[in-house]
Amino acid sequence: MSKKKMQLLVCGGTGCSDPNGEAILDNLKLELEANALENDIQVVRTGCFGLCSLGPIVKVMPEDTIYTRVKPEDAKEIVEEHVLKGRKVERLLFKDPETQKTLTGSSEMSSHIKQLRIVLRNCGIIDPESIDEAIAYDAYEALARVLTDMTPEDVIKTIKESGLRGRGGAGFPTGIKWEIARKNKSDVKYVVCNADEGDPGAFMDRSVLEGDPHAVLEAMIICGYAIDANNGLIYVRAEYPLAVARLRTAIKQAREYGLLGDNIMGTGFNFDIDIRFGAGAFVCGEETALIHSMEGLRGEPTLKPPFPAESGYLGKPTNVNNVETFACISPIILKGSEWFSSIGTEKSKGTKVFALAGKINNVGLIEVPMGTTLRDVIFEIGGGIRNGKKFKAAQTGGPSGGCLTDKHLDTPIDFDNLVAAGSMMGSGGLIVMDENDCMVSMAKFFLDFTVEESCGKCAPCRIGNKRLDELLEQITKGKGTLADLDRLKNMSLVIKDTSLCGLGQSSPNPVLSTLDNFRGEYEAHVITKKCPSGKCRDLMEYFIISENCVGCTACARVCPVNAITGERKEPHLINPLICIKCGACMEKCKFDAIIIR
Amino acid sequence: MKKINSPADLRKLKEELKAKIYGTESGSKEKLKIRVHSGTSGLASGAKEILDFIVMELDKRSIDANVIRTGDLGYSFAEPTVEVTRPGEKPVVFGNVDKLKANEIIEKFIKNGDYIDGILPINYNTIN
Repeated sequence: MSKKKMQLLVCGGTGCSDPNGEAILDNLKLELEANALENDIQVVRTGCFGLCSLGPIVKVMPEDTIYTRVKPEDAKEIVEEHVLKGRKVERLLFKDPETQKTLTGSSEMSSHIKQLRIVLRNCGIIDPESIDEAIAYDAYEALARVLTDMTPEDVIKTIKESGLRGRGGAGFPTGIKWEIARKNKSDVKYVVCNADEGDPGAFMDRSVLEGDPHAVLEAMIICGYAIDANNGLIYVRAEYPLAVARLRTAIKQAREYGLLGDNIMGTGFNFDIDIRFGAGAFVCGEETALIHSMEGLRGEPTLKPPFPAESGYLGKPTNVNNVETFACISPIILKGSEWFSSIGTEKSKGTKVFALAGKINNVGLIEVPMGTTLRDVIFEIGGGIRNGKKFKAAQTGGPSGGCLTDKHLDTPIDFDNLVAAGSMMGSGGLIVMDENDCMVSMAKFFLDFTVEESCGKCAPCRIGNKRLDELLEQITKGKGTLADLDRLKNMSLVIKDTSLCGLGQSSPNPVLSTLDNFRGEYEAHVITKKCPSGKCRDLMEYFIISENCVGCTACARVCPVNAITGERKEPHLINPLICIKCGACMEKCKFDAIIIR
Repeated sequence: MKKINSPADLRKLKEELKAKIYGTESGSKEKLKIRVHSGTSGLASGAKEILDFIVMELDKRSIDANVIRTGDLGYSFAEPTVEVTRPGEKPVVFGNVDKLKANEIIEKFIKNGDYIDGILPINYNTIN
């Protein structure tokens, strides 16, 4: 392997909202050629650094110098000064706005990197099917410490002091949950891991189970020790076959090492874990419904109290925590509660994993400290909105949450702020919408989902949501009235107040929050019978602007129903009575002559 | 597998495993390490094929490496992703890897240390 040559890395790539990246790349290449260096020094395009407000970025390797806010015309100076003379271009280095210190390398820049991985610490790093790798990366070290140096009370105290709150959505303090479960005396108790991840667009639990299953197993054993339980159950959806397979392997390997089963690590503590499958019902993410499903009954919630901590699985005290909550446990034990509570906001500690989806450039999993703003998540880490479109809203909390708009962009994301903004943390799905998305259709999409997933036990949820859905259907078809908007709101409030479980109590949230934030859009649907985003098929039509049409006949040829007529080289016409609004003509038109109106 | 009978056992095993994995055992050389991120979303975009291809090609060119199948790294927008750690260097992640790109990674980056288009900068801090 030869010695490393100098290389220039330029950020950018498909979908990058900054068009300068390409020009910088070209200019650097030209400048290198002008100095006959093109064979010695390489220019490489990279993906997103997650620092878009400082972009575009040029990084010089192997010495690791980062230039920020580079313009295409800066290429000359970078090549002539840095590459040829070895002098750094000071004015392009990043200056910390607080300390006024100039930062050069990536290690110094790390404080400006917004992501911090605690839950995802080993995902993508270790081989999830090898317990040896996991152990080399500190798995079961926290368990060893707990079993030898800590009493169950110590463990609960540590978790309480860390400020960890349940990551499944509601944000109940984990330490208190464990304490209650410990206080309820019983011969048999259960620790349940809720891996029934049902929100559309959420996949963080799956990634943790697939990437680092031992983190969950270890935390469950620790929880068992803390609440005096010897049985663990993982309730995982059968739609996650890979997660199930890797969990099975992990459990088998842990048993072989004596890390599960009787007399764990020779300390006399017994704990074993089994897997239970869910058939993919959204309501089974609710803990009482989940427990009924595990018992072989219908997945229906029951009234609390009794809470599962008193009478849960098979009537025994049961502690249910989410996958992500469990994944936080070992680092808290190893690094201490103070370390954990130093991350995040006053009432929400630690980090949160978000699954970015929708119209965002960097779709994927991210983990940020609580209190990171939506702007940082979407425009820095997420790389901004696809195709340079305008940000409209982000849905958090899936079908149970609400939407956040540009007025919420600078709100620090934590449990309480999201509730105050009319949404909720939920399990961490974050669906981003741009200016082309219709908020009425969006609310309808989520409501369709809850109508489908309602277990049917209580009337407000079963009947009320269906009626809401029908009202929205009318509105998107242009048959709604202003009175319908009030009806939507009133009915939503009643459903929230009277439903039995979390599913029904939160199902009207998408409707309420879009009504609050985008009332104008609803009104356009019912008053002028127009969909401002052009998404509702019944309220829009394709139209040819005759000045732009050159009569190339491309649209007429692609139209599947022959709705477009017109002579060659003459402006064409769409017959709205025949048009099925498939949009094929608009895609084909090279002259921007076809619009939605 | 040997049972772990005490916390001391676990720690001893950990040290042994670390030495094996990081190649810090005396006399052994640190190995080239390749991680293919194969969670559900990685596999859906073809990570398995890439993993097999890389293993086969390294074998053909007699390059000794540790190829690891891991979970997803979270860069769903650029999958399949592959991470390469050259001995003594920092890991580099490549995105949108197809067979052509995998070949380029072997020929240019693994053999010579030359970067190629499609590097995904590490945009996170971690507690590891």
